[in-house]
Amino acid sequence: MSFIYKSWWKYLGVVLVLYSIVGGFLVPVPELPILRETIRNLYFHVPLWMAMIVLFSISVFYSIRYLVQPDDDFDLVAVESVNVGIVFYILGLGTGMMWANYTWGTPWNNDIKQLCAAIAFLVYCAYLVLRNSVEEEQKRAKISAVYNIFAYPILVVMVFVLPRMGDSLHPGNGGNPAFGKYDLDSMMRLVLYPSFIGWALIGVWIATLRYRIRLIERKRLDENL
Amino acid sequence: MSELSQIKTLLRKEVLLEWRSKYALNGVILYVVSTVFVCYLSFIRIDPVVWNALFWIILLFASINAISKSFAQESKGRQLYYYTIASPRAVILSKIIYNAGLMLGLSIVALVVYSVVFSNEVGDPLFYFLAVVIGSVSFSSVFTMVSAIASRAGNSGTLMAILSFPVIIPLLLLLIRLSKNAMDGLDRSVSYDEIGVLALINLIVVTVSVMLFPFLWKE
Repeated sequence: MSFIYKSWWKYLGVVLVLYSIVGGFLVPVPELPILRETIRNLYFHVPLWMAMIVLFSISVFYSIRYLVQPDDDFDLVAVESVNVGIVFYILGLGTGMMWANYTWGTPWNNDIKQLCAAIAFLVYCAYLVLRNSVEEEQKRAKISAVYNIFAYPILVVMVFVLPRMGDSLHPGNGGNPAFGKYDLDSMMRLVLYPSFIGWALIGVWIATLRYRIRLIERKRLDENL
Repeated sequence: MSELSQIKTLLRKEVLLEWRSKYALNGVILYVVSTVFVCYLSFIRIDPVVWNALFWIILLFASINAISKSFAQESKGRQLYYYTIASPRAVILSKIIYNAGLMLGLSIVALVVYSVVFSNEVGDPLFYFLAVVIGSVSFSSVFTMVSAIASRAGNSGTLMAILSFPVIIPLLLLLIRLSKNAMDGLDRSVSYDEIGVLALINLIVVTVSVMLFPFLWKE
C-alpha cells in the first residue's frame, strides 16, 4: 500500500474536484422544465454517492483480505473506510434532500432510493455497533469483517436492483427515463465524469489520513507499554 | 463421512434435540399464537393492507425469536465437538435447512391461526402460501448467519435485532409486495419479478454464509 504515501493522486483529486465545482457552476446546462438550474446538483449529488460506494467497496475488499490473512492493518483500513463512507453518505443524502425539496416538493418523499439509502445507513451503523460490542481486538476484527462481507451483497442488490423494480421519482427507475437517454448532453458529461473520479479520490485520501492517524496512535500505544 | 451425510446426520440431531426438549418449539408456537391474539384484541377490525403487513411483522419477530437461539443455545464445548467431527459448511447448511423447516411449520401455524382469528379475503390462497414459503426460507437463510455472528459477539439479544433488521428489510419489502399481489388476486405473472429477486437474494445469502462461516467458526 505504498501508494497512500504518494501525492500525485491527491493533487489529481483536488484539481478534479475544483474543476467540477467551477465547471459545475459555469458550464451551460440544458434548460429542462422543473429541473432548471438545479440540474447542476447532479455534479455533486451523484459523485458523492459514487465516492461512498467506492469507500464501502474498499472496506469490503480489506475485510476479505483480513479473513484471508489476519493483519490488523487491513482491519483498520476497513473500519476507517466505513467511517469516511458514512460522512459521504450524509453529504450525498443532504444534497439529494435539497434537490428533492426544489424539484419534488419536499425533502423526504418515501422514494424507494431514499428508503434504500436509509437501510444502507442502518447496515453500517450496525457494523459500528457490532465493533463496539466486542472487546478482544482480533475477535472484533474477524466478526466485523464477516458481517461487513455478509451485508455488502444485499446492499448491492438493494441499491442497484430494488429501485428499478418499483415506482421511483429518480430518473432511470420505475419507468422514468434516465438522464443519459437524452438530457445529459456531452458538455455535462465533461464535468460529471471527472467529478466522479475527483470525489472518489478525495474520499480515499481522507480515509488514508485517518488510517495513518490510527497507525500512529497504535505505535504510540505500543511504545508506552 | 462425506459432506452430504454429515448434513443429514446434523439435521437428524437438530430435529431429535428439538423433539426431546420440546419446550423451545412449544414456546415459539405459543409466542406466535399469543401475538396474534394481542394483535386481534388491539385491532379487532382491520383493512387488507394492514392485515398483510401485520402478518409479516408477527412472522418477523417470531422468526427472530426462533432462530436467535440456534447458535446461542449450544455450549462452547459442544460446538468444539462438532468442529472436530464435521466440516463448518455442513454445520451451517444443516442449520439453515433445519431453520427453514422450523420457520415453515411456524409460519403455517401462524397463517392458520391468523386467518381464523382475522377473517380476510385472499384472492389467490395458493400463491399467498407460496409467498409464505419463500418468506420462511428467506428468514431462515438471513437469520441463521446473523445469529452465528451475534452469538460469537457475545450479547446476542439486542445485537441480533440490530444486525438482522437492515439486512431483512429489503426482503420484507419484496415479500409484502408479493403477498399483496397474491391477496389482490392479481395475475401470477405480475409477481415473477419479485420471486426472481427473492430467489437471487437467497442464493447470494446462502452462498456467502457457506463461504464466511468457516472463518467465524474457528477461534
